[in-house]
Amino acid sequence: MAPEEAVELVVVFSFHAQGEPRVNELWMTRTKKLKQVWTKLRFRSSCEKSSDNTGAEQSASDALQEAKSGVSGNNEDESQWQSTDVEMDKSVEAKDSLSFRPAPKDQFQEELIIRPLHSGDIYASFQFRTIWDTDFLQEGNKVSHYRLFPKSLGQVLSKFSVRELHISFTQGFWRTMQWGQPFIPSPPGAELWVWFQDTVADVDENWKELTNVLSGIFCASLNFIDTTNTVQPSASFKPLGLGNGLATLMKSEKLFHSSFHSQAVHIRPVCQDVQCAKPAWELRQTLNVVFDLYTSGQSKKEWSLFKMFSRTLTEACPLASSSKVYVDITDNPEGELFELSPATPVLSQAVVLGDRRTYSVYDLTKADTFGQLRSLNLLLRWKGENGDMLRPLLHAERYVAGFGLQTGEIHTLVYNNHPFRAFPVLLLESVPWYLRLYIHTLKVTSKSRDNKPSYIHYQPSKDRQRPHLLEMLIQLPPHSVTEVTVQFERALLKWTEYPPDPNHGFYVGSSVISALVPSMVAMDTNFTQEHPLFSSFFPVKEESNFFMRVYTEPLLVNLPTPDFSMPYNVICLTCTVVAVGYGSFYNLLTRTFQVDEPSLPLAKRLANLIRRVRGVPLLT
Amino acid sequence: MAALQLEKQRGRYAALAIAAVVIVVGIPLWWKTTETYRAWLPFSEISELATLRLQLTVNTEVIFSRGTLTPEQQKKIPLSHVKEKEHEVDGKTGLRYKFETKYRIATIMEEDALNQPSGEEADLSLHMLTESACGSVVVYVIPESSTLLPQDVKVYVGRRRTALLRSTTIRSSWTLKEALSSLDPQVEQIVNTMSFSHQDIIAALSDRVRLAKVTKESMADSMRAIKSSPGYEITFSLLNPDPKSHNVHWNIEGAVHSYVQPLLNKLAPIANFSVDSQILYFAVLGVNPRFDNNVSAYTLSADSLSHVINPVEARLGSNAASSNPVLNFLLYVPDAHHSPLFIKDRSKRGAPSNAFHSPRWGGIMVYNVNDMYEPEAQLPVDININMAKVMGVFLAQLRLMLGVQHTHPPPGFMLQSPGSAGLADWELDRLLWSRSVENIATASTTITSLAQLLDQIGNIVINDNIAQQVSNAVTSLQSAVAELEAGNLALALQYSREAILASERAFFNPSLLHLLYFPDDQKFAIYIPLFLPMCVPIVLSLLKIVKETRRMRAEKQAKND
Repeated sequence: MAPEEAVELVVVFSFHAQGEPRVNELWMTRTKKLKQVWTKLRFRSSCEKSSDNTGAEQSASDALQEAKSGVSGNNEDESQWQSTDVEMDKSVEAKDSLSFRPAPKDQFQEELIIRPLHSGDIYASFQFRTIWDTDFLQEGNKVSHYRLFPKSLGQVLSKFSVRELHISFTQGFWRTMQWGQPFIPSPPGAELWVWFQDTVADVDENWKELTNVLSGIFCASLNFIDTTNTVQPSASFKPLGLGNGLATLMKSEKLFHSSFHSQAVHIRPVCQDVQCAKPAWELRQTLNVVFDLYTSGQSKKEWSLFKMFSRTLTEACPLASSSKVYVDITDNPEGELFELSPATPVLSQAVVLGDRRTYSVYDLTKADTFGQLRSLNLLLRWKGENGDMLRPLLHAERYVAGFGLQTGEIHTLVYNNHPFRAFPVLLLESVPWYLRLYIHTLKVTSKSRDNKPSYIHYQPSKDRQRPHLLEMLIQLPPHSVTEVTVQFERALLKWTEYPPDPNHGFYVGSSVISALVPSMVAMDTNFTQEHPLFSSFFPVKEESNFFMRVYTEPLLVNLPTPDFSMPYNVICLTCTVVAVGYGSFYNLLTRTFQVDEPSLPLAKRLANLIRRVRGVPLLT
Repeated sequence: MAALQLEKQRGRYAALAIAAVVIVVGIPLWWKTTETYRAWLPFSEISELATLRLQLTVNTEVIFSRGTLTPEQQKKIPLSHVKEKEHEVDGKTGLRYKFETKYRIATIMEEDALNQPSGEEADLSLHMLTESACGSVVVYVIPESSTLLPQDVKVYVGRRRTALLRSTTIRSSWTLKEALSSLDPQVEQIVNTMSFSHQDIIAALSDRVRLAKVTKESMADSMRAIKSSPGYEITFSLLNPDPKSHNVHWNIEGAVHSYVQPLLNKLAPIANFSVDSQILYFAVLGVNPRFDNNVSAYTLSADSLSHVINPVEARLGSNAASSNPVLNFLLYVPDAHHSPLFIKDRSKRGAPSNAFHSPRWGGIMVYNVNDMYEPEAQLPVDININMAKVMGVFLAQLRLMLGVQHTHPPPGFMLQSPGSAGLADWELDRLLWSRSVENIATASTTITSLAQLLDQIGNIVINDNIAQQVSNAVTSLQSAVAELEAGNLALALQYSREAILASERAFFNPSLLHLLYFPDDQKFAIYIPLFLPMCVPIVLSLLKIVKETRRMRAEKQAKND
């Protein structure tokens, strides 16, 4: 489905996640009470953190609850199990037992790609894909019977008329210069972007409700994504909730002890055939991890599945129609760089992100993959030093410049490392309202010359309602750095709007750079053909280029922070001034004035003293 | 000296004037600007609701067919008769039942209808003749010699709101009054079966009153039934812990369409239902079933069922798209290594349906598939689930959860099975009666406790929105009570649903919490820097003035003496 068809893009809000879980957890309490959206369906989630409420309002709402139950009486029954007595109706029994077996309309695939990175790290990417031939959005035909597709997500899709939903939770920053391109890019923190159907009348309202529901499902405070700036990605999930197939490798303590991990859910309609006559829905659940085994492995450059995940593979998921492990061996054609065991004769070539790569393929649905031990533990031993990595064609970085707490400047640098081709990129920035962008200072320069963007879309912010949205189409000259700068002023927040750790600073989400990058090799445009999952996420329309999305670093910006005892000080000071003024005024009004007899000057009094002694009349 | 007195007098007046300004202008201004907004609430009407006097009116029609009354007795018919019963449930709740009975002679068409060969057909043709109103009961009295009913059946209750009563011998010597009073106990039994009994109503009031009077059985019935709510989510989940060996198919769409939907359509006036289903793979029970050598099968005891279900429940998930209560029905297909699996009840006997239900939660059924394939079959085996068998169990559980009680009919009663609709009209009426009363009880409790709370805690802001909800709830409650009194059951239920919705919305409105926590010590800390320096001089000068006036008065008195 082409993006032009869809109606409205709800902006990408991506935020960093390391700060305090500062977003009102109070709201969560109410959500649970009022909406009960807390869902744990197929995602085994750890909700402890977000549901741990120590607010005053919590106790207040408890009080409300108690007040009610105190009057009404507590009728909680103790959930007794009773056997059900049913008179079996024999007559109907025969009718239904006819063999009924529709072809399953959904299928499930799983895949793990392991790529040794040039920095010595290991990149492991899990992809679980469920495809369902159904139409969530058909009028009058409510989808309510689920097999492989998770019910809670399906309900969200149909209730909110969602056409596409992408949500990711990421810890750590993907270092493009060292690691190359990820298969599915994601910004640090959380990102949520949604396309709604054109039947949705009020997108804002729908978006608000959707984020509330999603924050319940994923145990993250996504509902504050467009006003406040942190979310707490605490959802750890296992596709289908299985301890099976590739999901056995997902052991949370190992995964979270990594330099980078990103979990994401992508839901979108896909085409089944070239005509795109049959709609199908695709759910991809992905997990991308980068392990720094070099430092943790006592400088020995070797890794194995067991070392990374503390598990080995023993079987494919029985529900999966395909279950494969790929290891990238492009840099090791002759086996001079590293040794991979057990070796597999199955090799596969795929064009990924403009590069032809070779992979060793381990098909978990085949019994001989597991050998005699009935377990697969891939082991890779490095022999020599690895060569230099090709510089990624597109790369971006961003920082905030300036001094003081009043103004500043955002610099975004976009690198085109292609030696001779220029190509356009779409730069999308979403900046919170408390950084007031001076859009007239927007400057785009490449090779120290002005580079006028061919298209600019700017939506100004509204205080406390929506962030700035800046979208630009920029042509990147070959082999160049393009610098986008814009100045901003830091706003003063209301004193209740500051988080508990205001001096930590405020995060500004990554900017998103989307581009059709000229490919070095011909891309495969036949998307109906079977592909490895990792190479089919972005459909390729032309052979000469491929789509790529790059996220910059998030910014951490300090805002002027007031002394938080200030309101009280102000009250005291004002009251003192008022009290002093009032006091003297009051004094003046109520004091009794008397006429005072002036006393004689000292000289006269002395003279009188002498006169009295002498008996002469006194002076007055 | 006079000037000094004058000056002193002026000072006194100034102090008094300032004090007056502070009291007349300052304090009201401060009060007005710092007060929390509290919209007006109908407190007096709410306190009237605290004492609930419910009157339930049942319209009964007793129709005599040919051969039941002598012509002499028939002369005085039609007539009507009202009987009232009063019960004081507790100090604040009273019940009054009003049975309005109308007696008349059957019309010719009705006589024709009653000439059908069987009770079922008679019931149908009577239904074609007249449509009786929701909540009413129609009793046809047929002669003792009638062949319409089997010999030992005295009362036949049909699928609609009609009952056939075989008359006992009415002696021709009796006056009509005597004849009617001889029928009375039986008519009352019929009404109790088809509309409500006192026990049902008491059980429905359990939200308001806590009484030991309620029998254990009707208490269990009311506890089992899920609480009244504007909507319910019904979720069927197929648990397949072993997809490696079993490839289980269930035609849930068809089964819902043919078994569940008719019942839900019938229940539409009570609540909105939505049905969905899911398949959960690798959903294992929390307890390892024990192998029982006596039956050579695995068994689960009823006591361990709550442990069984907890790990599964985490994966069932609540409904993401609505906040209505969820009823779960689980179909568990045990894995190949733990088959067959049987559930044993508390008396250690196997449950014949192999299904259990938990009050207000849902039910679970174990579906053994081990005898559907040979042990040496190629795994995974395809298995089709017999949905008729499964839905039979789930429907029975659903009826229990919804509070369509298993009525134990008095001896001599024959109840027509509800057939494909899943629910007879009078069963629906029973449900409507108890739901209306329950809704009224719950809504009135909610509203009175909210009013009490708002009255007690002065810090709570009452928005116009909440006030609106509260007054909506109060008016709906009043209308519901009035409609019950008038005997309009359908309207009463509708109003009671509105009342419960509005009252819950007001009670759980988050805006009530905003200023709830604002401690007094902090308030004083803020006020003291202003109030202390302002008030001390005023108070001191007032004291001085009072002292001086007293002294002057004393002096004057001394002078006079």
